[in-house]
Amino acid sequence: MIGLGHYLVVAAILFVLGVFGIFLNRKNIIVILMAIELILLAVNINLVAFSAYLGDMVGQIFAMFVLTVAAGEAAIGLAILVIYFRGRGSIAVDDINQMKG
Amino acid sequence: MGESLFFTLPEIVLTLGSLFLLMLAAFMGDRVSRLATWLAVGFFVIAALVTPEIIGRGGVGFDGLYIADSFAAFSKILIYIAAAAALVAATSWFARDGTFRTEYPVLILLSAVGMGMMVSAGDLLTLYVGLELLSLSSYVLASFQRRDVRSAEAGLKYFVLGALASGILLYGISLLYGFTGSTLFGQINLALGRDGVSTGELFGIVFVLAGIAFKVSAVPFHMWTPDVYEGAPTPVTAYFASAPKVAAMCLMARVAIEGMGPATFEWRQIVIFSALASTILGGVAAINQRNIKRLLAYSSINNVGFALIGLAAATREGIASVLFYMAVYVVMTIGSFLCVLRMRDETGRPVETIASLSGLSRTRPGLAAALAMFMFSLAGIPPLFGFWPKFLVFNAAVEADLTWLAAVGIATSVIGAYYYLKIIKTMYFDEPAPAFEPSRDRIEGVLIVLAALFISPLGYFSIPYIDAAAQNAAGALF
Repeated sequence: MIGLGHYLVVAAILFVLGVFGIFLNRKNIIVILMAIELILLAVNINLVAFSAYLGDMVGQIFAMFVLTVAAGEAAIGLAILVIYFRGRGSIAVDDINQMKG
Repeated sequence: MGESLFFTLPEIVLTLGSLFLLMLAAFMGDRVSRLATWLAVGFFVIAALVTPEIIGRGGVGFDGLYIADSFAAFSKILIYIAAAAALVAATSWFARDGTFRTEYPVLILLSAVGMGMMVSAGDLLTLYVGLELLSLSSYVLASFQRRDVRSAEAGLKYFVLGALASGILLYGISLLYGFTGSTLFGQINLALGRDGVSTGELFGIVFVLAGIAFKVSAVPFHMWTPDVYEGAPTPVTAYFASAPKVAAMCLMARVAIEGMGPATFEWRQIVIFSALASTILGGVAAINQRNIKRLLAYSSINNVGFALIGLAAATREGIASVLFYMAVYVVMTIGSFLCVLRMRDETGRPVETIASLSGLSRTRPGLAAALAMFMFSLAGIPPLFGFWPKFLVFNAAVEADLTWLAAVGIATSVIGAYYYLKIIKTMYFDEPAPAFEPSRDRIEGVLIVLAALFISPLGYFSIPYIDAAAQNAAGALF
């Protein structure tokens, strides 16, 4: 029988994968965008699992909001990525080094 | 329903205003950017005037999702003042570089809607939507000068780290929801008080506070601040350092007191750590900076640390001191950034190095005096007004039996004073660098004078009024 605990573990693993994806990735910014989506989906699994467990609709409504905002966030992220690429000609993570100090 | 809508009146005004300006931008283009800016300032004035508590009737709307109390009213007025100042300061700066587009006031208005929602949030859902509305507008604002690689890079960095922070915040929200059974602050408060703080709830509290700490750029979530402040266009940096900080700080206070009141012992440790780390790192890391915008970024980290000391007290006096601190901080920060806006070399290009300030007292005595006042005030040196909120914050910490925290805070403010004084030394005692281009913009000058007057000892006359408002606002949380 699959219970609440299983969902929470899956969500926790996805969340940690997402965080590591942002910090350990040295190649491409697109991968970072994917890692961010992974984090948000982990949260959604959490919310829906809790919602079903508690018999409370708020969690599912919250998940809808997260999905919507994540779409907007991805659009803005890609737009910024495009203008960055136009100026710099590269989207490698190691090239983001104009400012230091 | 009608009453609930009444409580959201300032946000409705700003939303309709931003949609109207968006249409204006779509049909009239960049010719009307100056008009759009002044219209946006007008919308801020209207929004401030229709803030429910100002009209005289606050309350809770949408079944607890939205709170229009004196706390929200105080923070909103502060946010609108800061945002309007950032708008006005931007006009001539962007116009000089030919990059002034009508989208700028639209984005500022939209982010102000988000900030209004944040400080009025009575539920984790409202909190999240408000925070994202602010964040998404901020990412675009940071990369507003899209031909400039540094601006685009600032936007990219802000976006990646901001998205990570909102992910952390959301994860905390999901845990709090799951283990307390509700997203309403009031219900979470009851659930935490009923049977102590469980491990799941504790994780939720830590993650939520971490997500908000990112927005106020408190250590250890400050990494983005210096880079974004340096890369973003200067008027945008002035905006980032003022209004969103107020919103996030007030949000943190409301979540901590209204939502997690019974877990004060638990979150206080986090806030204390963050406060001390911010004041120390903000003071030490700023010493070697050569760029004035980076230095002001560390200065804002440092100041947020002091405000967090007031939050750590977790008393009515503590919250009132945080509000007072933010009010004075906003004026000091906007004032110093307005001075930075005036730094252009003789060809009209913006310069940002501290070395270019050398001997400013001889080439531009007025500007040097104003900047010196802001620096002294940020360092908290009496008789300037920046001293008073620091005193209130430490006083609140002592009264909450956190004497050691106040003592360490005072010690770190001495470290911070070092780099503020270094700028003053550069301006007054070094050999003059090439003079800046004379600035013609009157409005900027007027704003600098107003900010300097408020910071000067004359500001002490406003203490009774600000203090009464802050006490009243803080009382709404308890």
